[in-house]
Amino acid sequence: MQKRAVVTVVGKDQVGIISKVTTVLAKHKMNIHDISQTILQDYFTMMMIVEMKNKDLLEDLLEAFEQVEAEMNLTISVQLEDVFQAMHRI
Amino acid sequence: MAIHYSEIQETIRMVQMESLDIRTVTMGISLRNCQDSDFEKVKANVYDKIVSYAGQLKPIAEQVEKEYGIPIVNKRISITPIAEILGDLSVDQAVELAKVLDKAAEKTGVDFIGGYSALVHKGMTKADQTLLEAIPRALSETNRVCSSVSIGTTRTGINMDAVGQLGHVIKETAELTKDQDSIGCAKFVAFCNPVEDNPFMAGAFHGAGEGEAVLSVGVSGPGVVLNALKRYPEADLGEVADVIKKTVFKITRAGELLGRVVAERLNVPFGIMDLSLAPTNAMNDSVAEILEEIGLESVGTHGTIAALALMNDAVKKGGAMASSYVGGLSGAFIPVSEDNGMIRGIQDGSLTLDKLEAMTCVCSVGLDMIALNGDAPAETLSAIIADEAAIGMINKKTTAVRVIPVVGKNEGEMVEFGGLLGRAPIIGVKPFSSEKMIKRGGRIPAPLQALIN
Repeated sequence: MQKRAVVTVVGKDQVGIISKVTTVLAKHKMNIHDISQTILQDYFTMMMIVEMKNKDLLEDLLEAFEQVEAEMNLTISVQLEDVFQAMHRI
Repeated sequence: MAIHYSEIQETIRMVQMESLDIRTVTMGISLRNCQDSDFEKVKANVYDKIVSYAGQLKPIAEQVEKEYGIPIVNKRISITPIAEILGDLSVDQAVELAKVLDKAAEKTGVDFIGGYSALVHKGMTKADQTLLEAIPRALSETNRVCSSVSIGTTRTGINMDAVGQLGHVIKETAELTKDQDSIGCAKFVAFCNPVEDNPFMAGAFHGAGEGEAVLSVGVSGPGVVLNALKRYPEADLGEVADVIKKTVFKITRAGELLGRVVAERLNVPFGIMDLSLAPTNAMNDSVAEILEEIGLESVGTHGTIAALALMNDAVKKGGAMASSYVGGLSGAFIPVSEDNGMIRGIQDGSLTLDKLEAMTCVCSVGLDMIALNGDAPAETLSAIIADEAAIGMINKKTTAVRVIPVVGKNEGEMVEFGGLLGRAPIIGVKPFSSEKMIKRGGRIPAPLQALIN
Protein backbone atom coordinates (compact mmCIF):
# COMPACT_ATOMS: atom_id res chain seq x y z
CA MET A 1 0.00 0.00 0.00
CA GLN A 2 1.18 3.48 -0.80
CA LYS A 3 2.06 5.48 2.28
CA ARG A 4 2.91 9.07 2.93
CA ALA A 5 5.44 10.21 5.44
CA VAL A 6 6.12 13.51 7.15
CA VAL A 7 9.71 14.73 7.10
CA THR A 8 10.61 17.53 9.47
CA VAL A 9 13.90 19.36 9.56
CA VAL A 10 14.91 21.69 12.37
CA GLY A 11 18.22 23.45 12.86
CA LYS A 12 20.19 26.67 12.70
CA ASP A 13 19.55 28.51 9.44
CA GLN A 14 22.30 28.15 6.86
CA VAL A 15 22.80 27.96 3.11
CA GLY A 16 21.88 24.70 1.40
CA ILE A 17 19.61 22.89 3.86
CA ILE A 18 16.74 22.38 1.42
CA SER A 19 19.12 21.33 -1.30
CA LYS A 20 20.84 18.72 0.83
CA VAL A 21 17.61 17.28 2.21
CA THR A 22 15.77 17.13 -1.10
CA THR A 23 18.77 15.56 -2.81
CA VAL A 24 18.54 12.68 -0.36
CA LEU A 25 14.83 12.33 -1.06
CA ALA A 26 15.41 12.40 -4.83
CA LYS A 27 18.09 9.74 -4.53
CA HIS A 28 15.55 7.52 -2.81
CA LYS A 29 12.98 8.33 -5.50
CA MET A 30 10.62 9.96 -3.04
CA ASN A 31 8.20 12.47 -4.46
CA ILE A 32 7.45 15.56 -2.39
CA HIS A 33 3.72 16.29 -2.14
CA ASP A 34 3.84 19.34 0.04
CA ILE A 35 6.57 21.50 1.46
CA SER A 36 6.65 24.42 3.86
CA GLN A 37 9.54 26.24 5.41
CA THR A 38 9.93 29.10 7.85
CA ILE A 39 12.66 30.75 9.84
CA LEU A 40 11.86 31.43 13.48
CA GLN A 41 14.47 33.34 15.49
CA ASP A 42 17.35 32.05 13.37
CA TYR A 43 15.92 28.56 13.48
CA PHE A 44 15.11 26.85 10.26
CA THR A 45 11.99 24.67 10.31
CA MET A 46 10.86 22.68 7.32
CA MET A 47 8.05 20.19 6.97
CA MET A 48 7.44 18.05 3.96
CA ILE A 49 4.90 15.42 3.05
CA VAL A 50 6.53 12.80 0.88
CA GLU A 51 5.26 9.77 -0.89
CA MET A 52 6.74 6.58 0.44
CA LYS A 53 6.21 3.90 -2.17
CA ASN A 54 8.40 1.39 -0.48
CA LYS A 55 8.64 1.27 3.28
CA ASP A 56 11.73 -0.91 3.09
CA LEU A 57 13.66 2.14 1.93
CA LEU A 58 13.17 3.74 5.34
CA GLU A 59 16.36 2.32 6.86
CA ASP A 60 18.45 3.61 3.97
CA LEU A 61 16.75 6.97 4.08
CA LEU A 62 17.30 7.39 7.82
CA GLU A 63 20.95 6.51 7.39
CA ALA A 64 21.39 9.03 4.60
CA PHE A 65 19.68 11.67 6.73
CA GLU A 66 21.99 10.91 9.63
CA GLN A 67 24.90 12.07 7.51
CA VAL A 68 23.11 15.30 6.63
CA GLU A 69 22.20 15.80 10.29
CA ALA A 70 25.81 15.46 11.35
CA GLU A 71 27.17 17.55 8.52
CA MET A 72 24.81 20.50 8.99
CA ASN A 73 23.91 20.07 12.64
CA LEU A 74 20.20 19.50 12.01
CA THR A 75 17.49 17.34 13.51
CA ILE A 76 15.60 15.41 10.88
CA SER A 77 12.71 13.09 11.59
CA VAL A 78 10.67 10.89 9.31
CA GLN A 79 7.31 9.60 10.50
CA LEU A 80 4.54 7.81 8.65
CA GLU A 81 1.60 10.14 8.17
CA ASP A 82 -0.94 7.84 9.86
CA VAL A 83 0.24 8.84 13.30
CA PHE A 84 -0.68 12.48 12.67
CA GLN A 85 -4.05 11.44 11.27
CA ALA A 86 -4.69 9.32 14.35
CA MET A 87 -3.74 12.04 16.80
CA HIS A 88 -5.42 15.01 15.17
CA ARG A 89 -8.44 13.65 13.29
CA ILE A 90 -11.42 11.78 14.64
CA MET B 1 -7.28 14.54 4.98
CA ALA B 2 -4.64 17.25 5.01
CA ILE B 3 -2.69 17.68 8.21
CA HIS B 4 -2.04 21.20 9.33
CA TYR B 5 1.54 22.20 10.04
CA SER B 6 0.72 23.31 13.54
CA GLU B 7 -0.56 19.79 14.21
CA ILE B 8 2.64 18.26 12.89
CA GLN B 9 4.59 20.60 15.13
CA GLU B 10 2.46 19.64 18.12
CA THR B 11 3.17 15.94 17.66
CA ILE B 12 6.87 16.54 17.23
CA ARG B 13 6.99 18.75 20.30
CA MET B 14 5.23 16.06 22.33
CA VAL B 15 7.77 13.44 21.32
CA GLN B 16 10.97 15.47 21.37
CA MET B 17 10.40 17.84 24.27
CA GLU B 18 7.63 16.41 26.44
CA SER B 19 8.59 12.71 26.70
CA LEU B 20 5.60 11.31 24.81
CA ASP B 21 6.18 7.62 24.46
CA ILE B 22 4.43 4.29 24.37
CA ARG B 23 5.44 2.92 27.73
CA THR B 24 5.05 -0.72 26.90
CA VAL B 25 3.83 -3.24 24.38
CA THR B 26 3.18 -6.42 26.30
CA MET B 27 2.49 -9.77 24.72
CA GLY B 28 0.28 -12.05 26.76
CA ILE B 29 0.94 -15.74 26.18
CA SER B 30 -1.09 -18.63 27.54
CA LEU B 31 1.03 -21.41 29.02
CA ARG B 32 -1.90 -23.69 29.86
CA ASN B 33 -0.92 -26.30 27.31
CA CYS B 34 2.65 -26.50 28.66
CA GLN B 35 1.77 -28.85 31.50
CA ASP B 36 3.31 -32.31 31.57
CA SER B 37 4.04 -34.98 34.13
CA ASP B 38 7.71 -34.80 33.15
CA PHE B 39 9.31 -31.63 34.56
CA GLU B 40 11.96 -31.51 31.84
CA LYS B 41 9.17 -31.41 29.27
CA VAL B 42 7.37 -28.62 31.15
CA LYS B 43 10.54 -26.52 31.05
CA ALA B 44 11.05 -27.17 27.33
CA ASN B 45 7.37 -26.47 26.54
CA VAL B 46 7.38 -23.18 28.44
CA TYR B 47 10.63 -21.96 26.91
CA ASP B 48 9.69 -22.97 23.38
CA LYS B 49 6.23 -21.47 23.52
CA ILE B 50 7.41 -18.11 24.84
CA VAL B 51 10.28 -17.87 22.39
CA SER B 52 8.19 -18.92 19.40
CA TYR B 53 5.44 -16.37 20.10
CA ALA B 54 7.54 -13.46 21.33
CA GLY B 55 10.74 -14.02 19.35
CA GLN B 56 9.86 -11.23 16.95
CA LEU B 57 8.27 -8.89 19.50
CA LYS B 58 11.32 -6.72 20.07
CA PRO B 59 12.54 -6.36 16.45
CA ILE B 60 9.04 -5.64 15.16
CA ALA B 61 8.29 -3.11 17.91
CA GLU B 62 11.61 -1.40 17.18
CA GLN B 63 10.82 -1.27 13.48
CA VAL B 64 7.40 0.28 14.18
CA GLU B 65 8.83 2.92 16.51
CA LYS B 66 11.30 3.85 13.79
CA GLU B 67 8.58 4.17 11.16
CA TYR B 68 6.30 6.29 13.30
CA GLY B 69 8.93 8.21 15.18
CA ILE B 70 7.40 7.54 18.60
CA PRO B 71 9.50 5.57 21.09
CA ILE B 72 8.18 2.29 22.48
CA VAL B 73 10.13 2.19 25.73
CA ASN B 74 9.53 -1.35 26.94
CA LYS B 75 8.75 -4.66 25.31
CA ARG B 76 7.39 -7.20 27.75
CA ILE B 77 5.72 -10.56 28.12
CA SER B 78 2.94 -11.64 30.46
CA ILE B 79 2.09 -15.28 30.99
CA THR B 80 -0.59 -17.47 32.56
CA PRO B 81 -0.26 -17.24 36.36
CA ILE B 82 2.43 -19.85 36.76
CA ALA B 83 0.84 -21.52 39.80
CA GLU B 84 -1.80 -22.84 37.42
CA ILE B 85 0.70 -25.09 35.69
CA LEU B 86 2.85 -26.02 38.67
CA GLY B 87 0.80 -29.07 39.63
CA ASP B 88 2.77 -31.26 42.01
CA LEU B 89 6.16 -29.64 41.39
CA SER B 90 8.41 -28.88 44.35
CA VAL B 91 9.59 -25.46 45.50
CA ASP B 92 13.02 -26.13 43.98
CA GLN B 93 11.41 -26.97 40.66
CA ALA B 94 9.26 -23.85 40.82
CA VAL B 95 12.44 -21.79 41.26
CA GLU B 96 14.00 -23.63 38.35
CA LEU B 97 10.97 -22.78 36.24
CA ALA B 98 11.48 -19.09 37.10
CA LYS B 99 14.99 -19.42 35.70
CA VAL B 100 13.56 -20.89 32.49
CA LEU B 101 11.26 -17.86 32.23
CA ASP B 102 14.24 -15.59 32.81
CA LYS B 103 16.15 -17.33 30.05
CA ALA B 104 13.22 -17.05 27.64
CA ALA B 105 12.91 -13.34 28.47
CA GLU B 106 16.60 -12.85 27.83
CA LYS B 107 16.41 -14.74 24.55
CA THR B 108 13.50 -12.61 23.29
CA GLY B 109 15.17 -9.42 24.52
CA VAL B 110 12.22 -8.22 26.63
CA ASP B 111 13.02 -6.36 29.84
CA PHE B 112 10.47 -8.08 32.07
CA ILE B 113 8.29 -11.18 32.04
CA GLY B 114 5.30 -11.04 34.38
CA GLY B 115 3.07 -13.79 35.62
CA TYR B 116 5.09 -15.67 38.21
CA SER B 117 1.80 -15.37 39.97
CA ALA B 118 -0.95 -17.01 41.95
CA LEU B 119 -4.58 -16.08 42.48
CA VAL B 120 -5.38 -16.97 46.07
CA HIS B 121 -8.09 -14.45 46.96
CA LYS B 122 -10.43 -17.18 48.17
CA GLY B 123 -8.17 -20.08 48.99
CA MET B 124 -4.88 -21.69 48.22
CA THR B 125 -4.11 -24.83 46.26
CA LYS B 126 -1.01 -26.91 46.86
CA ALA B 127 0.57 -25.36 43.77
CA ASP B 128 -0.26 -21.84 45.01
CA GLN B 129 1.49 -22.65 48.27
CA THR B 130 4.53 -23.94 46.38
CA LEU B 131 4.65 -20.74 44.36
CA LEU B 132 4.43 -18.49 47.41
CA GLU B 133 7.32 -20.35 48.99
CA ALA B 134 9.34 -20.11 45.77
CA ILE B 135 8.84 -16.36 45.21
CA PRO B 136 11.73 -15.00 47.34
CA ARG B 137 14.32 -17.27 45.69
CA ALA B 138 12.80 -16.83 42.23
CA LEU B 139 13.03 -13.05 42.49
CA SER B 140 16.55 -13.07 43.89
CA GLU B 141 17.94 -15.62 41.43
CA THR B 142 16.46 -14.12 38.25
CA ASN B 143 16.64 -10.67 36.70
CA ARG B 144 13.57 -10.25 34.56
CA VAL B 145 10.87 -12.30 36.25
CA CYS B 146 8.06 -10.37 37.96
CA SER B 147 5.65 -11.86 40.44
CA SER B 148 2.22 -10.99 41.73
CA VAL B 149 -0.31 -12.52 44.07
CA SER B 150 -4.01 -11.73 44.23
CA ILE B 151 -5.17 -11.81 47.85
CA GLY B 152 -8.60 -10.26 47.66
CA THR B 153 -11.52 -9.28 45.45
CA THR B 154 -14.78 -7.48 45.99
CA ARG B 155 -16.70 -10.70 45.33
CA THR B 156 -14.67 -12.99 47.58
CA GLY B 157 -13.34 -10.82 50.35
CA ILE B 158 -9.72 -10.90 51.52
CA ASN B 159 -7.74 -14.06 52.20
CA MET B 160 -5.95 -12.95 55.35
CA ASP B 161 -3.99 -16.20 55.66
CA ALA B 162 -2.37 -15.36 52.33
CA VAL B 163 -1.90 -11.72 53.37
CA GLY B 164 -0.13 -12.97 56.49
CA GLN B 165 2.20 -15.10 54.39
CA LEU B 166 3.01 -12.31 51.96
CA GLY B 167 4.52 -10.20 54.73
CA HIS B 168 7.08 -12.96 55.19
CA VAL B 169 7.53 -13.42 51.43
CA ILE B 170 8.40 -9.73 51.09
CA LYS B 171 10.74 -9.80 54.09
CA GLU B 172 12.55 -12.87 52.78
CA THR B 173 12.86 -11.39 49.29
CA ALA B 174 14.31 -8.22 50.79
CA GLU B 175 16.80 -10.25 52.81
CA LEU B 176 17.90 -12.35 49.81
CA THR B 177 18.55 -9.25 47.72
CA LYS B 178 19.97 -7.07 50.50
CA ASP B 179 23.20 -6.57 48.57
CA GLN B 180 21.21 -4.64 45.96
CA ASP B 181 19.07 -2.58 48.32
CA SER B 182 16.43 -5.33 48.49
CA ILE B 183 15.52 -4.73 44.86
CA GLY B 184 13.81 -8.13 44.59
CA CYS B 185 10.76 -6.59 46.27
CA ALA B 186 10.42 -4.12 43.39
CA LYS B 187 9.44 -7.09 41.22
CA PHE B 188 6.60 -8.21 43.46
CA VAL B 189 3.02 -6.91 43.79
CA ALA B 190 0.17 -7.95 46.03
CA PHE B 191 -3.20 -7.25 44.39
CA CYS B 192 -6.81 -6.81 45.32
CA ASN B 193 -9.16 -7.02 42.31
CA PRO B 194 -6.34 -7.61 39.81
CA VAL B 195 -7.13 -7.17 36.12
CA GLU B 196 -6.36 -9.96 33.67
CA ASP B 197 -5.04 -7.79 30.86
CA ASN B 198 -2.73 -5.35 32.61
CA PRO B 199 0.32 -4.66 30.42
CA PHE B 200 2.30 -2.88 33.16
CA MET B 201 4.87 -4.49 35.44
CA ALA B 202 5.37 -5.82 37.97
CA GLY B 203 1.72 -6.90 38.05
CA ALA B 204 1.12 -8.15 34.50
CA PHE B 205 -0.23 -11.65 33.98
CA HIS B 206 -2.21 -13.34 31.21
CA GLY B 207 -5.59 -14.02 32.80
CA ALA B 208 -7.86 -17.02 32.56
CA GLY B 209 -10.28 -15.31 30.18
CA GLU B 210 -7.60 -14.42 27.67
CA GLY B 211 -6.80 -16.15 24.40
CA GLU B 212 -3.72 -18.01 23.20
CA ALA B 213 -1.69 -14.85 22.68
CA VAL B 214 -2.57 -11.18 22.66
CA LEU B 215 -0.82 -7.85 22.42
CA SER B 216 -1.71 -5.04 24.82
CA VAL B 217 -0.37 -1.54 24.99
CA GLY B 218 0.32 0.81 27.87
CA VAL B 219 0.56 4.46 26.95
CA SER B 220 1.96 7.15 29.10
CA GLY B 221 2.71 10.83 28.93
CA PRO B 222 2.56 12.77 32.20
CA GLY B 223 5.04 15.18 30.58
CA VAL B 224 2.65 15.94 27.74
CA VAL B 225 -0.26 16.55 30.11
CA LEU B 226 1.89 18.75 32.36
CA ASN B 227 3.02 20.91 29.45
CA ALA B 228 -0.52 21.20 28.10
CA LEU B 229 -1.70 22.45 31.51
CA LYS B 230 1.15 24.95 31.70
CA ARG B 231 -0.38 26.68 28.71
CA TYR B 232 -3.60 27.34 30.69
CA PRO B 233 -2.49 28.76 34.04
CA GLU B 234 -5.79 30.61 34.60
CA ALA B 235 -8.26 27.92 33.49
CA ASP B 236 -10.96 26.86 35.95
CA LEU B 237 -11.08 23.20 37.02
CA GLY B 238 -13.66 22.26 34.40
CA GLU B 239 -11.33 23.56 31.73
CA VAL B 240 -8.38 21.81 33.37
CA ALA B 241 -10.26 18.52 33.05
CA ASP B 242 -10.98 19.34 29.44
CA VAL B 243 -7.32 20.05 28.63
CA ILE B 244 -6.29 16.72 30.21
CA LYS B 245 -9.03 14.88 28.30
CA LYS B 246 -7.99 16.29 24.94
CA THR B 247 -4.32 15.65 25.53
CA VAL B 248 -4.89 12.08 26.65
CA PHE B 249 -7.11 11.51 23.63
CA LYS B 250 -4.19 12.31 21.33
CA ILE B 251 -1.70 10.23 23.29
CA THR B 252 -4.06 7.26 23.28
CA ARG B 253 -4.74 7.46 19.57
CA ALA B 254 -1.03 7.35 18.84
CA GLY B 255 -0.62 4.40 21.21
CA GLU B 256 -3.47 2.44 19.73
CA LEU B 257 -2.24 2.99 16.19
CA LEU B 258 1.25 1.72 16.98
CA GLY B 259 -0.10 -1.15 19.08
CA ARG B 260 -2.36 -2.33 16.30
CA VAL B 261 0.46 -2.20 13.77
CA VAL B 262 2.73 -4.23 16.06
CA ALA B 263 -0.06 -6.76 16.75
CA GLU B 264 -0.84 -7.13 13.06
CA ARG B 265 2.78 -7.75 12.15
CA LEU B 266 3.14 -10.29 14.93
CA ASN B 267 -0.07 -11.91 13.75
CA VAL B 268 -1.71 -11.88 17.17
CA PRO B 269 -4.95 -10.11 18.15
CA PHE B 270 -4.79 -6.63 19.63
CA GLY B 271 -5.90 -6.79 23.26
CA ILE B 272 -6.40 -3.54 25.09
CA MET B 273 -5.05 -0.06 25.59
CA ASP B 274 -4.12 0.75 29.15
CA LEU B 275 -4.53 4.48 29.62
CA SER B 276 -2.24 5.00 32.52
CA LEU B 277 -0.23 8.08 33.25
CA ALA B 278 2.99 6.38 34.31
CA PRO B 279 5.68 8.75 35.49
CA THR B 280 9.42 8.32 34.98
CA ASN B 281 12.40 10.06 36.49
CA ALA B 282 12.85 12.08 33.28
CA MET B 283 12.55 15.83 33.82
CA ASN B 284 8.91 16.93 34.05
CA ASP B 285 7.57 13.41 33.43
CA SER B 286 5.84 13.43 36.78
CA VAL B 287 2.27 12.88 37.98
CA ALA B 288 3.02 14.84 41.17
CA GLU B 289 4.00 17.85 39.10
CA ILE B 290 0.67 17.74 37.28
CA LEU B 291 -1.08 17.94 40.65
CA GLU B 292 1.18 20.83 41.61
CA GLU B 293 0.46 22.54 38.29
CA ILE B 294 -3.25 22.29 39.07
CA GLY B 295 -2.49 24.41 42.10
CA LEU B 296 -0.85 22.63 45.03
CA GLU B 297 2.31 24.04 46.57
CA SER B 298 3.64 20.56 47.15
CA VAL B 299 2.09 17.17 46.42
CA GLY B 300 0.47 15.62 49.48
CA THR B 301 -0.94 18.82 50.90
CA HIS B 302 -4.69 19.37 51.39
CA GLY B 303 -6.45 19.21 48.03
CA THR B 304 -4.20 16.49 46.61
CA ILE B 305 -6.94 13.88 46.52
CA ALA B 306 -9.40 16.21 44.81
CA ALA B 307 -6.84 17.13 42.17
CA LEU B 308 -5.88 13.50 41.65
CA ALA B 309 -9.52 12.43 41.35
CA LEU B 310 -10.13 15.10 38.72
CA MET B 311 -7.04 14.11 36.78
CA ASN B 312 -7.66 10.36 36.98
CA ASP B 313 -11.22 10.71 35.73
CA ALA B 314 -10.24 13.06 32.89
CA VAL B 315 -7.55 10.62 31.75
CA LYS B 316 -10.13 7.86 31.51
CA LYS B 317 -12.68 10.00 29.69
CA GLY B 318 -10.19 11.17 27.07
CA GLY B 319 -8.76 7.74 26.58
CA ALA B 320 -12.06 5.89 26.51
CA MET B 321 -13.18 7.90 23.51
CA ALA B 322 -9.87 7.44 21.72
CA SER B 323 -9.73 3.67 21.87
CA SER B 324 -12.29 0.97 21.20
CA TYR B 325 -10.76 -1.41 23.72
CA VAL B 326 -9.74 0.16 26.98
CA GLY B 327 -8.63 -2.13 29.74
CA GLY B 328 -5.82 -2.88 32.12
CA LEU B 329 -5.45 -0.54 35.06
CA SER B 330 -6.23 2.69 33.21
CA GLY B 331 -5.76 5.71 35.45
CA ALA B 332 -2.85 7.44 37.08
CA PHE B 333 0.02 5.62 38.71
CA ILE B 334 1.60 7.13 41.76
CA PRO B 335 4.83 5.21 42.23
CA VAL B 336 7.13 7.10 44.55
CA SER B 337 10.59 6.12 43.36
CA GLU B 338 9.75 6.70 39.69
CA ASP B 339 8.34 10.18 40.12
CA ASN B 340 10.64 13.09 40.94
CA GLY B 341 7.73 15.15 42.28
CA MET B 342 6.64 12.42 44.71
CA ILE B 343 10.23 12.00 45.92
CA ARG B 344 10.47 15.73 46.58
CA GLY B 345 7.09 15.69 48.35
CA ILE B 346 8.32 13.06 50.79
CA GLN B 347 11.62 14.83 51.35
CA ASP B 348 9.79 18.11 52.01
CA GLY B 349 7.41 16.40 54.41
CA SER B 350 4.23 17.24 52.49
CA LEU B 351 3.66 13.66 51.34
CA THR B 352 3.33 10.80 53.81
CA LEU B 353 2.50 7.11 53.68
CA ASP B 354 -0.96 7.87 55.07
CA LYS B 355 -1.66 10.42 52.34
CA LEU B 356 -0.40 8.04 49.65
CA GLU B 357 -2.79 5.45 51.01
CA ALA B 358 -5.66 7.90 50.81
CA MET B 359 -4.68 8.85 47.27
CA THR B 360 -5.05 5.24 46.18
CA CYS B 361 -8.81 5.52 46.84
CA VAL B 362 -9.19 7.74 43.78
CA CYS B 363 -6.46 6.68 41.38
CA SER B 364 -5.53 3.67 39.43
CA VAL B 365 -3.52 1.35 41.62
CA GLY B 366 -2.02 1.51 45.05
CA LEU B 367 1.05 1.89 47.20
CA ASP B 368 3.72 1.60 44.58
CA MET B 369 7.50 1.57 44.76
CA ILE B 370 7.66 2.79 48.31
CA ALA B 371 10.83 2.13 50.27
CA LEU B 372 10.31 1.31 53.94
CA ASN B 373 12.68 0.90 56.84
CA GLY B 374 14.32 -2.52 56.64
CA ASP B 375 13.36 -3.57 60.14
CA ALA B 376 9.62 -3.21 59.49
CA PRO B 377 8.08 -6.45 60.85
CA ALA B 378 6.45 -8.92 58.43
CA GLU B 379 3.11 -8.44 60.21
CA THR B 380 3.26 -4.69 59.58
CA LEU B 381 3.85 -5.33 55.87
CA SER B 382 0.90 -7.72 55.88
CA ALA B 383 -1.22 -5.10 57.60
CA ILE B 384 -0.27 -2.52 54.96
CA ILE B 385 -1.37 -5.01 52.29
CA ALA B 386 -4.61 -5.67 54.21
CA ASP B 387 -5.40 -1.93 54.41
CA GLU B 388 -4.85 -1.43 50.68
CA ALA B 389 -6.83 -4.55 49.84
CA ALA B 390 -9.72 -3.31 51.99
CA ILE B 391 -9.75 -0.02 50.07
CA GLY B 392 -9.89 -1.94 46.79
CA MET B 393 -12.46 -4.43 48.00
CA ILE B 394 -14.90 -1.82 49.28
CA ASN B 395 -14.44 0.59 46.38
CA LYS B 396 -14.62 -2.16 43.74
CA LYS B 397 -11.31 -1.14 42.23
CA THR B 398 -7.85 -2.56 41.77
CA THR B 399 -5.41 -1.79 44.54
CA ALA B 400 -1.90 -3.05 44.89
CA VAL B 401 1.06 -2.95 47.21
CA ARG B 402 4.64 -2.89 46.01
CA VAL B 403 6.78 -1.90 48.96
CA ILE B 404 10.47 -2.46 49.54
CA PRO B 405 11.65 -2.85 53.13
CA VAL B 406 15.29 -2.02 52.43
CA VAL B 407 17.50 -4.13 54.67
CA GLY B 408 19.88 -2.01 56.72
CA LYS B 409 18.30 1.34 55.91
CA ASN B 410 16.26 3.64 58.10
CA GLU B 411 13.76 6.45 57.74
CA GLY B 412 15.13 9.47 55.91
CA GLU B 413 17.92 7.67 54.04
CA MET B 414 17.84 7.50 50.24
CA VAL B 415 17.99 4.32 48.22
CA GLU B 416 18.93 4.07 44.53
CA PHE B 417 17.33 1.30 42.49
CA GLY B 418 18.61 2.52 39.17
CA GLY B 419 17.05 2.59 35.71
CA LEU B 420 13.28 2.87 35.38
CA LEU B 421 12.85 1.95 39.05
CA GLY B 422 14.44 5.20 40.18
CA ARG B 423 15.31 6.19 43.73
CA ALA B 424 13.34 6.68 46.90
CA PRO B 425 13.57 8.14 50.38
CA ILE B 426 12.89 5.55 53.08
CA ILE B 427 9.56 6.06 54.82
CA GLY B 428 9.19 4.81 58.38
CA VAL B 429 6.28 2.55 59.25
CA LYS B 430 4.28 3.10 62.43
CA PRO B 431 6.01 1.62 65.47
CA PHE B 432 2.80 0.06 66.76
CA SER B 433 2.21 -3.63 66.12
CA SER B 434 -0.53 -5.20 63.98
CA GLU B 435 0.66 -8.69 64.85
CA LYS B 436 -2.39 -9.91 66.71
CA MET B 437 -4.78 -9.05 63.91
CA ILE B 438 -2.61 -10.69 61.24
CA LYS B 439 -2.09 -13.81 63.40
CA ARG B 440 -5.86 -14.29 63.62
CA GLY B 441 -5.87 -15.30 59.93
CA GLY B 442 -9.04 -16.43 58.19
CA ARG B 443 -10.92 -14.49 55.57
CA ILE B 444 -12.45 -11.05 55.62
CA PRO B 445 -15.94 -11.67 54.20
CA ALA B 446 -16.99 -10.16 50.89
CA PRO B 447 -18.68 -6.80 51.39
CA LEU B 448 -22.28 -5.86 50.73
CA GLN B 449 -22.90 -4.46 47.29
CA ALA B 450 -25.89 -2.44 48.46
CA LEU B 451 -26.16 -0.08 51.46
CA ILE B 452 -22.85 1.33 50.27
CA ASN B 453 -22.51 4.63 52.08
